[in-house]
Amino acid sequence: MRILRLYSPGKLFLLAAFILISLFTFAQETFPVNGVADLRSDYFAFINATIVKDPQTTLTNATLIIKQGKIVAVGTNIAVPKDAAVLDCKGKYIYPSFIDLFSDYGIPPVVPGKADYSKYQNISNTKGAYGWNQALKPETDASKLFGSNNDKAKDLRNIGFGTVVSHQQDGIARGTGTLVTLGNDKENFLMIKDHAATFYSFNKGSSTQDYPNSLMGEIALLRQTYLDAQWYKTKPATEGINISLQAWNDNQNLPQIFEANDKWNDLRAVKIANEFAVQYIIKGGGNEYERMDEMKASKASFILPVNFPLAIDLEDANDARVVALSVMKHWEMAPLEPGMFEKAGINFALTTSGLKTSADFLANLRKAIENGLTANKALEALTKTPATLIGVYDKVGSIDAGKLANFIVTNGPIFDEKTIFYQNWVQGKKYIITENGWNDYRGNYKLTLKSENKNKEYTVDVKGTPDKLAATLQSVGDTVKTDVNISSSGKMVKLTWSMKSDSAKLNVLTGLIEDKMWVGNGYNSDGDMLSWNMQYASAFVEKPDTTKKKDEKKNIINKTVVYPFNGYGSPDQKKQQDLLIKNVTVWTNEKEGNLENTDVVIKNGKIVSIGKNLSAGNAKTIDGTGKHLTAGVIDEHSHIAVTGGVNECSQSVTAEVRIADVIDPDDIQIYRQLAGGVTSAHVLHGSCNTIGGQTQLIKLRWGRNAEDMKFANWDGFIKFALGENVKRSYGQSNNRFPDTRMGVEQVLVDAFTRARDYQNESASKRKDLELETLSEIMNHKRFITCHSYVQSEINMLMHVADEFGFKVNTFTHILEGYKVADKMKAHGAAASTFSDWYNYKMEVEDAIAYNAAIMQKEGVVVAINSDDAEQARHLNLESAKSVKYGNVPEIEALKMCTLNPATMLHVADRVGSIKVGKDADVVLWTANPLSVYAKAEKTIVDGTVYYDLEKDVQLRKQLMTERNRLIQKMIAAKKDGAKTTPAVITFDEQNECELDHHVKNSVLDIQQNVSSN
Amino acid sequence: MKKIFLSIISIAAISMVHAQETISPAPAQAGTIALAHATIHIGNGEVIEDGLIIFSNGKITDVRKYSPVENVKTIDCTGKQIYPGLISPVSNLGLDEVSAVPSTLDQYELGDINPNVRSVIAYNTDSKVIDNVRSNGILLANVFPQGGIISGSTSVMQLDGWNWEDAVYKMDGGIVFNMPNLFRFSTEGDPVKDAMDQIENVRTFFRQAKAYLDEPKHEHTNLKFEAVKKLFSGEQTFFVNADLVKEMMIAVSFAKEFGFKTVIVGGYDSWKIADYLKQNNISVIINQVFSLPGFQDDDVDMPYKMPFLLQQAGVPFCISDPNESSRYRNLAFNAGVASGYGLTKEQALQAITLSTAKILGIDNRTGSLEKGKDANIVVSDGDILDIRTSNITAAYIQGRQINLDNKQKQLYKKFMDKYGLK
Repeated sequence: MRILRLYSPGKLFLLAAFILISLFTFAQETFPVNGVADLRSDYFAFINATIVKDPQTTLTNATLIIKQGKIVAVGTNIAVPKDAAVLDCKGKYIYPSFIDLFSDYGIPPVVPGKADYSKYQNISNTKGAYGWNQALKPETDASKLFGSNNDKAKDLRNIGFGTVVSHQQDGIARGTGTLVTLGNDKENFLMIKDHAATFYSFNKGSSTQDYPNSLMGEIALLRQTYLDAQWYKTKPATEGINISLQAWNDNQNLPQIFEANDKWNDLRAVKIANEFAVQYIIKGGGNEYERMDEMKASKASFILPVNFPLAIDLEDANDARVVALSVMKHWEMAPLEPGMFEKAGINFALTTSGLKTSADFLANLRKAIENGLTANKALEALTKTPATLIGVYDKVGSIDAGKLANFIVTNGPIFDEKTIFYQNWVQGKKYIITENGWNDYRGNYKLTLKSENKNKEYTVDVKGTPDKLAATLQSVGDTVKTDVNISSSGKMVKLTWSMKSDSAKLNVLTGLIEDKMWVGNGYNSDGDMLSWNMQYASAFVEKPDTTKKKDEKKNIINKTVVYPFNGYGSPDQKKQQDLLIKNVTVWTNEKEGNLENTDVVIKNGKIVSIGKNLSAGNAKTIDGTGKHLTAGVIDEHSHIAVTGGVNECSQSVTAEVRIADVIDPDDIQIYRQLAGGVTSAHVLHGSCNTIGGQTQLIKLRWGRNAEDMKFANWDGFIKFALGENVKRSYGQSNNRFPDTRMGVEQVLVDAFTRARDYQNESASKRKDLELETLSEIMNHKRFITCHSYVQSEINMLMHVADEFGFKVNTFTHILEGYKVADKMKAHGAAASTFSDWYNYKMEVEDAIAYNAAIMQKEGVVVAINSDDAEQARHLNLESAKSVKYGNVPEIEALKMCTLNPATMLHVADRVGSIKVGKDADVVLWTANPLSVYAKAEKTIVDGTVYYDLEKDVQLRKQLMTERNRLIQKMIAAKKDGAKTTPAVITFDEQNECELDHHVKNSVLDIQQNVSSN
Repeated sequence: MKKIFLSIISIAAISMVHAQETISPAPAQAGTIALAHATIHIGNGEVIEDGLIIFSNGKITDVRKYSPVENVKTIDCTGKQIYPGLISPVSNLGLDEVSAVPSTLDQYELGDINPNVRSVIAYNTDSKVIDNVRSNGILLANVFPQGGIISGSTSVMQLDGWNWEDAVYKMDGGIVFNMPNLFRFSTEGDPVKDAMDQIENVRTFFRQAKAYLDEPKHEHTNLKFEAVKKLFSGEQTFFVNADLVKEMMIAVSFAKEFGFKTVIVGGYDSWKIADYLKQNNISVIINQVFSLPGFQDDDVDMPYKMPFLLQQAGVPFCISDPNESSRYRNLAFNAGVASGYGLTKEQALQAITLSTAKILGIDNRTGSLEKGKDANIVVSDGDILDIRTSNITAAYIQGRQINLDNKQKQLYKKFMDKYGLK
């Protein structure tokens, strides 16, 4: 007789706590015991199993012995110890459990600090003897933060994981991660290695400090910190104790894991690693397949996510309108990535990171397997590879003697859709995933119902899957089949059905499964009590599955990767051609002026001859009759092809940041500008601080990677800015020095004074990237392009330059340049200006469209720039405005967007004119290039045709076909029951130097403004 | 304290005046004027070589092939091109003085539904921008308010006035509706539903307004309802800022339900529903041909060729240049580039003259060089649509020869003098 007792809630809690504590079977020596010691050796033998020790080794009919949480023996001819509990695993598979290197399991989330956006935060808000930057937290020690959480552990155990490296996913340097198992035990036992790896990212996370506010700033901060940490080893008295730098140095001995999350960011991280001779394991973003050659060449190991995108709900054509092909294509291709990595021979592990629910993990992994990843490689990427990457393969990652007893028991090959995970053993302890189906009870049975009156007999077909049984029932001698619901929990079972003739009345049987006989009691549909038994008669016969083949047909993937990965990319990189352009008007930009009916030969990317009636062997001939050939347009002031922001606004001097670090080769604006005849763009830092970042000249080699786009052997430049933007005139309350033009001058004088002193310091000084850059300027190795408007500030900068012994190379925007053209000429400064912008801010009240003409006539080298992705598409027309405003001769006007910018960028020896020996960066125009009626027909860079009017028409057709195919595919996916996500407009990152001359340059822009006003 | 300090600075800055203050509006036309021997572009597609145009009392009295006229002041325009005054259909001119300085902006009023707010009231005839705009041949501008969902009324201004009363050319000709976005910026929330709710609010407003206006007497006067009276009577145009198909179709549904004379402003995808727009008599004002494609996959020349697509489809359209950096002065070149992408030059011209006048409802007075219309005339050295040839030498608004000088020309002269350049 049991006594049923109601517990008060408080007592219930105590009870629960007691149960929890009693689960700790390991007794920790230093801990007191409340009760009777219960020391167990947890000695188990698993026999008759198929054991996949590691991806290469499978043992059949094998035995696994574990004791005290560790594997004692594994093999086929192993004696079972007498004192081990035996588990018969006939028909079962045992796999090493999975390892996730990129987890935050058991780590409390960071509560973000409150940022006061109206105030400039110069230094870290973190109290203590830490470093200067709040986003650098190398001292964070996950082992001190870790607390187990059985609910979350269970989620992970259920999908096969046994071990994770957990870290606090916050900040740029994130400190150390800890290797823990997913058991439910005292943390002391779960923690396998307190410091297993150290982590970095390009995400400043909860930091409220202003610096860095751009990707290039984050990169600069990492680079500077490597240098600072090196210097800190000398225990400099000027630094005192710096716990962060100390931790940074200590962490260098650990495996280094970098969360980059994007193909280009992966390469950015690798570049940092190479510079400082460290090795990062790259946590990717799932779009690496778009650049496999670069991934391979990086030589990095990767941690890849399997958070493949959901299909987008595109049933409404208006929704499809706003989604780009690149986004749809990513949906289709993302599951190919792990397989492509395998094929390319790149070392990789897999992670659950990024999944909305961990339950999606196995389904997505199977998608990857359907799309080229082998099951063996998948297992390796979840076991051996992660263990090896962090140097713990001696402890976890395979089923070998001496390792932790971390393994999964299943009923079949681990990644098969139908395979059931029964148990996940962690450190020798069993965690049940499901008990159902351990025994396969399917088969044909004879059911007997015994009531007072009589016995009734039926045949029952038990089918379904081992863990989810289903059945049909037939009266003996009858042909009508009735569906029976079976629910079971372990050996307990319940069967319910109702006859068709009377569907409201249920027959309910409950009972136990005793091997081949099921017995129990219940009610029939009349409510009569009865007892029953069900006797196994014959085996279940599985019908072959035919649904799979249909699915395969539906899932035809266009596996062609285009470069870059969007609607205007091409499957093969464009190739250099030898070209003969015949009978064209050539704007040479040289003393010959314009040559009519002339031929130009291009070979190996260079202009090799200019003349009449030329022939050029096998060169492709282009008829230029009635057309014009000019040097390619060069935009002196551009912000295209940049990612992560063009402004590092957080300090008045940020000479250490580099646009070169954040070039985005996928930017659609590159293609659009090629269509406007642009061949080179000087990509600048923005203008929100006095000394901005280092700039990068690129050639618009559409489809290439960031490194390949850079203009080779180019003198470095840097962006400066003066006036309203740098004193932040339009903010509500600026508290970042300077607030006046007086202060701007002092920022400059101070920076160069510091740099001068720095140069005189001893060799053991702390290497400072900012001052190194400023020193380059003073040593004539780096050149300034300075955003400026009014004459007073133009004058000022030239004085500062004189004082420190360098020249201002270029004044950019320079809308009052006409007022000081004589001074600029005397100084040797060039001018790069807007054609006809004015009155959009106070400092351009005196801007005039005649500015370019006056400066040009006064002898200053003048360029017309864009500072705007739209304006850059017609710099030829913007240059034509100097014909209209100021009667500049047409030949000189065209130079303003070709030769003159080349001159001020120090590349006129290679580009800017049509001259034998120069790079074949040329544009074929349909009409006089200064005419509003002219179109670029071919834009050629290094002899490679990157834009072709005719090819563009083909591309559009292909793009539409591909879009339509994918839209249909997504609609079909939804119809077939796939989860979908709503359509979200695809945005292209568009950067501007400053927001106060913001141009509404496209439809979306207008929409956004409307909604924000 | 800081605030007071700032306002002193801005007053000082604004009062930093230049010689521009001597550029006075012209007196009324005295006597008859004839422009002879130029190529005359009528604005309706016709061109007269060696033409003659005569105007008197501000009105065009004759346009024809040249033949001598007696007793008329005749100006020899041999080699020149004559055009109707260009019309800017959407602009902030006179409302937006220095875009970055909020205290100089008058186009955004608070509140969502402001049909009673009128751009004409704030139009500043002494704006430093106007002289630059008109010296590029733009003689009329339709001035748009921008704030909220219903921004207020537009008025067409002629660009040579002492004050808004004498500058106004068509008072309160339209009401501006900013169609909310009907797509998602993120997966969060349901912005489309929110937008539909906003639209429904506007619909409810008009339903109530209609009921109110059908009844002559009211206990409480509602200024907002009163302000849309002329929309219902068809005397005012309903300008709807909308670009995508669904947004435009909702605009058309307003036109149908309330009988509004509706014009789409922007209309980026309008060519895709050309037949539907034609069936419902909807015209389109193309917002700036010099703009980027709206979506990553769009044809690179999409905005450039959009006028041609509408021309081919037969949808009435005109072209605007609301660019806030070059300050609306490149209207002719926006039409020019459209000509490079399919329009004939005369069609391109029409898209900034006669078609605009029709859409704004002023074609009985201007938009083409036809007898009886206002003498709004531009004389150029060369093709006005092409940057390299456009050079405006004279312009007349209602027969008054306007002063084409501007601050920029004056500063040009000042500094050419400084350097001894010519």
